[in-house]
Amino acid sequence: MNHPDKKRLRRTMMFLNAQKPSLIKDPYIYKPDSIMLDLEDAVAETQKDAARFSLYHALKEINYRGVERVVRINGLDTPYWKEDIRCCVAGGCDAIRIPKTESAKDVKLVEDAVEFAEREFGRQKGSTLIMAAIESARGVMKALEICEASERLFGIALSGGDYTKDLQTHITGTGIELMGARQNLVIAARAAGVQCFDTVYTNLDDMEGFRQDVQTIHLMGFDGKSIINPRQIDIVHDIYTPSAREIIFAEKVVREIDDKKAKGIGVFTVDGKMIDIAFYDGAKRTIALAKASGVYKGDL
Amino acid sequence: MINAVGRDIPEEILEITGKDVFRGNHYFDGKQYKKHGPTTTCVINSNGSKLVSSIHDVLVKCGIRDGMTVSFHHHFREGDYIVNMVMEEIHKMGIKDITICASSLGKAHDPIVPYIEDGTITNIQSSGVRGKIGEAISNGKLKGLAIMRSHGGRVRAIVTGETKIDIAFIGAPTCDDYGNCRGIGGKSNCGVLSYAISDARHADKVVAITDCLVPFPNFPAHISMTQVDYVVEVDAIGDPAKIATGAAKPTKDQRKLMMADYCTQFVVNSPYFKDGFSYQTGVGGASIASTISLAKEMKKRNVRMRFGVGGLTKPMCDLLINDQVDCLLDTQDFDQDAVESVKHLRHFRISAGEYANPFNKGAVVNKLDFVILAALEVDVNFNCNVVVGSDGMITGAQGGHPDTAAGAKCSIVIAPLLQGRIPAICTEVTTVTTPGESVDVVITDYGIAINPRRQDLIEAMKDVDLPFKTIEELRDIAYSITGEPEKVQFTDRVVGIIESRDGTIMDVVRQIKPFEFTEE
Repeated sequence: MNHPDKKRLRRTMMFLNAQKPSLIKDPYIYKPDSIMLDLEDAVAETQKDAARFSLYHALKEINYRGVERVVRINGLDTPYWKEDIRCCVAGGCDAIRIPKTESAKDVKLVEDAVEFAEREFGRQKGSTLIMAAIESARGVMKALEICEASERLFGIALSGGDYTKDLQTHITGTGIELMGARQNLVIAARAAGVQCFDTVYTNLDDMEGFRQDVQTIHLMGFDGKSIINPRQIDIVHDIYTPSAREIIFAEKVVREIDDKKAKGIGVFTVDGKMIDIAFYDGAKRTIALAKASGVYKGDL
Repeated sequence: MINAVGRDIPEEILEITGKDVFRGNHYFDGKQYKKHGPTTTCVINSNGSKLVSSIHDVLVKCGIRDGMTVSFHHHFREGDYIVNMVMEEIHKMGIKDITICASSLGKAHDPIVPYIEDGTITNIQSSGVRGKIGEAISNGKLKGLAIMRSHGGRVRAIVTGETKIDIAFIGAPTCDDYGNCRGIGGKSNCGVLSYAISDARHADKVVAITDCLVPFPNFPAHISMTQVDYVVEVDAIGDPAKIATGAAKPTKDQRKLMMADYCTQFVVNSPYFKDGFSYQTGVGGASIASTISLAKEMKKRNVRMRFGVGGLTKPMCDLLINDQVDCLLDTQDFDQDAVESVKHLRHFRISAGEYANPFNKGAVVNKLDFVILAALEVDVNFNCNVVVGSDGMITGAQGGHPDTAAGAKCSIVIAPLLQGRIPAICTEVTTVTTPGESVDVVITDYGIAINPRRQDLIEAMKDVDLPFKTIEELRDIAYSITGEPEKVQFTDRVVGIIESRDGTIMDVVRQIKPFEFTEE
């Protein structure tokens, strides 16, 4: 299965309560890469069916203008998740987020239900992607098997609140309590060739703290961050936008490697730095990110 | 008869009011007229006091009778007690057929609705009305016509004598026993008395009502003893908490911040943004956010403002404190910071006439470079509606909207594309209050439209990286989301007129009719 959007740009995934029309009617104006329509924690137990109804019609009726529509379903330990999946697939969402994932089996359960729903609602097999949220110590330890559990799985995400509870600590704002999980998840995701997303930052009054948090996870190698408010979008995109210097360097690297490869030269220098083929993918990624961020107008 | 904004004004309304239809912003430029002078009772031999013991007694002294016009200012905003206390007394006296000429009326005045219903009040002239009075008018309960006019238009009506005020009631935060009124001090400090100045000049009788009597002379007076007939002291003229609220916290709503950012980027990229520019904005979240972000850009680009005009709020007064503006011209203070700022040497009080009367020999609005406004609806001809809700109910006020939009070189209206589920950008506004010829730019969360009449601005913006669209494109996006709303249903009866600044008729407001579903 080779889904064209499996590796799309996902710097920001904005959580929205699927039951709130005012939130889900036009979040695309803020230009997040993905929205995360939530059927789980944001929706009261007594409102699950109403939220599904709202979600289904939103997916059917609203043109989200290219913003990816991910739905967070209820946990596999609840009576809701199967119906959630039917609703998501019938509505035609782009992806489903599994909460509290702890094993490859969890992913496979969802994969089977998704495939069944795709058949039921006449959607193309494999059109619905999956991502897994890791929210426990066990989930962190099983990250690699989770990442490799399904061809549909495009990435994993850390969910810091539940994870820190499981670890018997709490969110401090410093990131210390998340260090191990973050490191583990990003390594597992890279090993499996899928994407990795960081947890939300809930203090909306501390935008500087948020910025530092994003800088940290950017440097750690995360593909993006879950967010809870459109005010956080610009900061993430700003940090994930390559600088002019990085773009110029990446452009030179790509052009030189293409040129030298043709001449049979393997190692050379660009701006005094030793360069070989190992730099190629990274430089290409920088150019792609610069393009997506609207700051690259070149021809690569 | 069809007017210049394409609205059909019924002949009988033209006959009843003796008014003409709106023929364009500059139709009366150069017109000559004689100003109205009040009947004045001189005070030569007095005991040195104009104090009268009660509202009842002062009404008797002023010779209150059926059919009179009484006026009020709205500097106490939603904290005003004056209108209710005077009208309650007039009602008790059994007087009928009163015309209220107020600079604005709000929810604070809901208690006068029964006096509309029983015929005590039969005509209302105001910038606009909110709350229950709006509902009463829209439901046809006012016997006569409501006239909605702008702040500048109101002064014009008073100065020309079109509206003759019999008794003006002026709530004064401080006053001496000889009638020198100030907007400053006391329990009900509102900073300025700009809207009452024309009333004091042109009303036959002028009554100051205060809850803070101070020794003579209460100088420098904002309204002079030379214009005041009587002074009444009462326990309270308003609720201080609702007169000057604490400064509104800057909005955290990303939609408003985004529109504010578009607005600032438009302003700084326009040809008028240079040292010495002038600026006015309102009190909406996006307007306030625009001022805050504009101040940052001014600092960054080392550009200084010559004067700011308001309706003032903290962010405008901060420009003065931070020495980014030479002076502020003040007609109204919306928060405590603005009230405090009145003491600043370069914070000048101006009258509503100086501010916006189109029949002056010039007004401040004509010297504005930018005005940032809001609107309930804007149509594809750039006509704005700021008075009648999309449900047909009168729910807002013209304020200085038509005045500043007409005067400023660059009039910018900020409105979210959708107000809830109602498109704010539409084919035809419910009611035209500001003509499209006055509106240059519309900024929404979905994009920015420049009025095609302003090819110069379109040219100036051609390389600017902002989401420009045509107004029709914005309308189409709105309709693609909500569908085109069915028109509100009205009866034939006209309950109010939207008066243009120059006294002509911009539009009429009809009595609302309960919505009826039509069977397919």
